[in-house]
Amino acid sequence: MSEPHPAGGGSGGRLDVRKTYKLYVNGGFPRSESGRSYEVRGADGAFLANAAQASRKDVRDAVKAARGAFAKWSGATAYNRGQVLYRVAEMLEGRRGQFVSEVAACEGLNDERADACVDAAIDRWVWYAGWSDKIAQVAGGTNPVAGPYFNFSVPEPSGVIGILAPQASSLLGLVSVVAPAIAAGNTCVVVAAQDRPLPAITLGEVLATSDLPGGVVNLLTGFTAELAPWLASHMDVNGLDLAGAGADAAADLEKAAADSVKRVLRRPAAEPDWAADPGTRRLTAFLETKTVWHPIGV
Amino acid sequence: MTGRAAQGGAAGYADAVRDNGSLRQFLHGLPGVDQVGAEARAAALGTRSIKKGAKAWALETAIRMVDLTTLEGADTHGKVRNLCAKARRPDPTDPACPPVAAVCVYPDLVAPAVDALHGSGIAVASVATAFPSGRASLQTKLADVKEAVNAGAGEIDMVIDRGASLAGRYLDVFDEIVTVKQACGPAHLKVILETGELATLDNVRRASWLALLAGGDFIKTSTGKVSPAATPPVALVMLEAVRDFAEATGEPRGVKLAGGIRTAKEAIRYLVMVKETAGERWLDPDLFRFGASSLLNDLLMQRTKERTGVYAGPDYFTLD
Amino acid sequence: MWDYAPAPEARETARLRESYRMFVDGEFTDGAGESMKTVNPANEEVLAEVAVATPSDVDRAVAAARTAYDRVWGPMPGAERAKYLFRIARLVQERSRELAVLESLDNGKPIKESRDVDVPLAAAHFFYYAGWADKLPYAGYGPDPRPLGVAGQVIPWNFPLLMAAWKLAPALAAGNTCVLKPAETTPLSALVLAEICQQADLPPGVVNVLPGAGGTGAAVVRHPGVAKVAFTGSTGVGKEIQRALAGTGRRLTLELGGKAANIVFEDAALDQAVEGIVNGIFFNQGHVCCAGSRLLVQESVYDDLLSRLKRRLGTLRLGDPLDKNTDIGAINSREQLARIRELSAAGEAEGAERWSPPCELPDRGFWFAPTLFTGVSQAHRIAREEIFGPVLSVLTFRTPAEAVEKANNTPYGLSAGIWTEKGSLILWMAQRMRAGVVWANTFNRFDPTAPFGGYKESGFGREGGRHGLEAYLDV
Repeated sequence: MSEPHPAGGGSGGRLDVRKTYKLYVNGGFPRSESGRSYEVRGADGAFLANAAQASRKDVRDAVKAARGAFAKWSGATAYNRGQVLYRVAEMLEGRRGQFVSEVAACEGLNDERADACVDAAIDRWVWYAGWSDKIAQVAGGTNPVAGPYFNFSVPEPSGVIGILAPQASSLLGLVSVVAPAIAAGNTCVVVAAQDRPLPAITLGEVLATSDLPGGVVNLLTGFTAELAPWLASHMDVNGLDLAGAGADAAADLEKAAADSVKRVLRRPAAEPDWAADPGTRRLTAFLETKTVWHPIGV
Repeated sequence: MTGRAAQGGAAGYADAVRDNGSLRQFLHGLPGVDQVGAEARAAALGTRSIKKGAKAWALETAIRMVDLTTLEGADTHGKVRNLCAKARRPDPTDPACPPVAAVCVYPDLVAPAVDALHGSGIAVASVATAFPSGRASLQTKLADVKEAVNAGAGEIDMVIDRGASLAGRYLDVFDEIVTVKQACGPAHLKVILETGELATLDNVRRASWLALLAGGDFIKTSTGKVSPAATPPVALVMLEAVRDFAEATGEPRGVKLAGGIRTAKEAIRYLVMVKETAGERWLDPDLFRFGASSLLNDLLMQRTKERTGVYAGPDYFTLD
Repeated sequence: MWDYAPAPEARETARLRESYRMFVDGEFTDGAGESMKTVNPANEEVLAEVAVATPSDVDRAVAAARTAYDRVWGPMPGAERAKYLFRIARLVQERSRELAVLESLDNGKPIKESRDVDVPLAAAHFFYYAGWADKLPYAGYGPDPRPLGVAGQVIPWNFPLLMAAWKLAPALAAGNTCVLKPAETTPLSALVLAEICQQADLPPGVVNVLPGAGGTGAAVVRHPGVAKVAFTGSTGVGKEIQRALAGTGRRLTLELGGKAANIVFEDAALDQAVEGIVNGIFFNQGHVCCAGSRLLVQESVYDDLLSRLKRRLGTLRLGDPLDKNTDIGAINSREQLARIRELSAAGEAEGAERWSPPCELPDRGFWFAPTLFTGVSQAHRIAREEIFGPVLSVLTFRTPAEAVEKANNTPYGLSAGIWTEKGSLILWMAQRMRAGVVWANTFNRFDPTAPFGGYKESGFGREGGRHGLEAYLDV
């Protein structure tokens, strides 16, 4: 992909059909309503593709789609969510080849490292698929209150989560912020890594073919600094993950989030090792705990 | 309203209908319905596999139970005449196909329906009592009924006063049904509960019993104008009500499911439910009806497939 | 007026073979001894010949499991083990119709149940535990809980595939390897599950399946190379195993019999209570350890409830297990039928009144009509002993405290049912039931996330949920 192809392109002189990278919103692939696009270049500077440059209206539409999908997704059984997420992993595995070449090109990795990265991303997705029917047992439970009451605490998803995907780790980092939010029953609007957005759109294609209902995950490509404030200030967004926020923007985004008391996962001080055990923090960050009391008596 | 009494065989319930408090106590004293359990039972009945001869019998029976319905503001004499022709001979290619049970129209279209169905044995049913909302004075509602009966309707489908029902004024609802039943004269009365508005299965049970005590010949789910309409758990609770009522009073009353039933498969599932809940006695148009329009064509298509062995297509059936 | 036409599931779907061999170290092999025949209890026809594992076969299997544990499965990262289990779950789903038909042929249970309950739950158990394999530090057993080694697992004939899933899934997720012995009368679905393990490329020796009878089971349970024994079956055999393992230091969990009370209060949702009673004792022909075999009815609602119950029993369809409309299938074996008959005769002899709906039993095969006994008192054998058949004993009570007393007055303690519309009463009763599973306004509901197991002589240890891992970890 590093030189414009000579006439005849590909191997044996066949011209390949190039993919158009659009947004993934409400289960479909629209272009940005603004009609804008921007150039995506590989780590080596070569032109890779034009990606849609999302606008604030795209953010608005995506939030609406995410809200519309929340009742059904959070109301599905945990078993059902786990099944759907495992299916996503099956589809990811099937598209390994495309992810490996996109990650290699975007991040400038050699084949071996790109392979390992994609392997880790698929395994990370499988890890989260297995959490959906267990997090309630780990984060919830009964409480032995001092009175004749049955008392239990259950974790419930917060709602629509706005996620700024990590800027450097275009697939593994992306998966690590999206999967936990939806495993817990939330829906989300994700702003992909600005300069490395291609794996995100291919992930959207995987999600679209995985029985994941439209609107549960919405993926926007474009300029993080332009889109983030609209997500952070949106009154119908319940949580905010600032993993991919710019260092100077993070504080303002947190301020904007305060207007609706969003649950905020702050921008990490240093780039996390996305390959390490994530723990349960990303699962519990966007879970509310509901405690119920009921008397015990005849 | 003096000398109030539960009607017919329900005379033994005179104390329950003496005043609103007693009626309320009676209705709220009926066994509760567990929603999850009722839905599970309804779903389990839906797994019965009905094939071959059993399926053919079910399709024919379902056709004979259809109240072919048109209730649109845009209805005309012409529309009603077309519908009646279909009612008499549902399958244009097979005279052996049985006719439906009834045609159901608005009161001012009863006369052309009676005319068109003359000599066919198919009943003319009319909605009445300010259908579908039921929001009008008692005087208006009774006039509505009388007009339909005078024009020749043999069956009246009334709506209950849901406002009164939801406000707990059970006795008002009861009295209204009794009065409408009197105005029906020889016509039989179906009482529409509008189950989609009742919200819980407990309320469906209470409304069913109230309508039966007041003399309704049939209890009916819906006007078809509100969704959800007929659903399996609602049908289950209504069939249990007529079963229990018959056991208590000796009088079998009917159930009509209307609204949202579009396929032969659903209709057959409901017949299984009738058989295994109320009993085979209810597998008869006298005691069970489907209020429908598009259901009929699906029943005809499935019946044709049973007859010919190949899947049928919609072009071979009429759209009226 | 309207008879349902026969609606049989196709027998060929089971892909029945003439003979089945044992599965040891990743391969199907002949055993050292004679083979046995397995029979369709609905018509007594021989289904297939099945190899019987002798003690030397057990030695081979335990050795293979140990080697696999030391070299492959034990060192394997949890995330990789998880993926094997996810594959197995998916394969069970893919082959679900085949497994369901096979199960109904071998066990006698209606296809409606094997299709809608047994097989889906088996797949779900593998899915659930697959997800624990790489999350053991979060299970509440410390930061790095380790497995035990080779698990020897002996399962009963009432839910052959499901019991295999209940045993294998948590053991494998925790990092153990397994030697599984299916019941004598129902070996086939476990052997197809072994084939599924092969299709999943599970490393050899991780799962071994040894068909056989009591002798094979005893050899597995007593084998010194087995670090952990899990047994589901009769209380009598459970006690023998507990005695055999005494002083050996080997870990044990037992899931034994029950005589559950299904308690109906006067304010119950009666129609749903009837469904729960029917499900409680007639689901799987009553061959359920947690069956609601004692109905405790509050006196004030007795007549109404009994009349509804009897009417409902009249709609139960008994017959060919492969017919999709069958509700009650065959009794699993001649021996079990004899036991049910013996206890029912005792019920009559002790003065209880016996009633069954009109029911035509087929000529061949092992059949018993759904039966209820009224006028039963606590001292009757049919109120105390587990019948393990479609026989319901009906007793009465007046107050909640009396219901608690009667329900708990048994050496068993597996399950209980409570029917009332009053929330606080449900919780009050649940608190007082000496039973490992309490169902309120429902019955016989199972889920891989929900722990299951007994109090008292119904056994110890739990299967399902986070709790189900404990048995297979060195904690």
